Amino acid sequence: MKEMYDLIVVGGGPGGAIAAKNAAELGLDVLLIEKRQEIGDPVRCAEGVSKICLSDHIEPDPRWICADLTGSRIYSPDGTMVEMSEEMSGGEVGYVLERKVFDRALVDQCARAGAEVRVKTRATGLIMEKGVVCGIYAMYLGEEYEIRSKIVIGADGMESKVGRWAGIDTSLKPTDMETCVQYLVTNIDIDPQFCDFYLGNEIAPAGYLWVFPKGENMANIGVGILGSKSGDHRAIDYLDKFMRDVYPEGRIIEMVYGGVPVSGPIEKTVSDGLILVGDAARQSDPITGGGIINAMEAGKIAAEVAADAIKKGDYTTDTLNEYETLWRSTIGKEIEYSLVVKETFIKFTDKDLNHLAQSLSNVNFYSLSLKDLLYALFKANKKLLWDLRGLFRDVVNNNFEFKYKKNQFD
Amino acid sequence: MSIKINRYKCGYCGACVGVCPSGALELVETWVEANDCCTSCGLCAKICPVGAIEVNK
Repeated sequence: MKEMYDLIVVGGGPGGAIAAKNAAELGLDVLLIEKRQEIGDPVRCAEGVSKICLSDHIEPDPRWICADLTGSRIYSPDGTMVEMSEEMSGGEVGYVLERKVFDRALVDQCARAGAEVRVKTRATGLIMEKGVVCGIYAMYLGEEYEIRSKIVIGADGMESKVGRWAGIDTSLKPTDMETCVQYLVTNIDIDPQFCDFYLGNEIAPAGYLWVFPKGENMANIGVGILGSKSGDHRAIDYLDKFMRDVYPEGRIIEMVYGGVPVSGPIEKTVSDGLILVGDAARQSDPITGGGIINAMEAGKIAAEVAADAIKKGDYTTDTLNEYETLWRSTIGKEIEYSLVVKETFIKFTDKDLNHLAQSLSNVNFYSLSLKDLLYALFKANKKLLWDLRGLFRDVVNNNFEFKYKKNQFD
Repeated sequence: MSIKINRYKCGYCGACVGVCPSGALELVETWVEANDCCTSCGLCAKICPVGAIEVNK
């Protein structure tokens, strides 16, 4: 480890890895640190990702794709099923990844692009001079280091500290976080090409339960509930009940716990010498909880802005604000829309959810686009979805393209 | 500070760290550390997906 770099990236998840890779390719001297011993492990993710935009960052590889999905099914509390097929979503549904391999492949790319990578290296604070971030304090194998850089990118995930150290309030309220438990379950009968979502206040209050296939007879089965609903009954209790009721023969071979930010965009994601990306910037989708694609998009933008800033020799907020502008006008716009939908959705009773699902029972999905589906849903449930009228208007008028988010659900 | 983290139950997901308003918690590899900034607000205990945290207010 040197004493000075152009850029230090804190966190080796998808956001950090893509930022480091792009920055290295743009000629910056980059250090990527990851506090854990292994990249990608332990997993804290349901591992589903839309195909859209993934190949902008990495070529799909069978080594980290467990399932290639052709559609999804949504179950309302009374069991009404809404099926969304591949045809409906334009042939782009999703993959279920093997994150341990996927994350490692991303970091491998960034190392090959020239970035220095250090695992088991934890940032313990920021070096600040007159309010400007100029590097990090780090611990590697129990030894403390002071490492300077022109810019720091905080990609330290949901439990991010980097933003807080720089005075950006990233703390989440329980209403801003889905608290999740997932089991990798084997010995079960599932459709390996479909992912299933279960809704309802008895199943997952203000959240959802998912079954994402990971090949034949194996799936990630997990539940996320809104933090404010957690207490007497926790995420693990809801999941255990579902397992008893639906998959009593299932055998659990891995347990994954996690928290997913669903707060929507935070007030600022840059300060002098600092950029936040991914979960650290609360860029996950408030509806689906999906964060991988958004983190990678943000990481790429952050790298480009950082490279420009370094070329200019100006690392102030004024210059780095270009990052704010760019991510808020693309992924940020979609996150804001999703936040409006989430705020409406968490108020729905089980009766409302059943009503929504039943209103789609006579709709032929194979002939519909996503835009038409949303419009059909709104037309049949105007009163229920009145709060979303602005969003539907934009969708119908084609002002809003589901470019990134389409069926993203990790 | 009266926070008790059952490290045998904890799945080191860091959800508690994300909600801690005073930044008192930190996830270090497979354990959570609490420092003296803890105000015993109890949000960490509420958010924990498995109930591994106990806070006496």
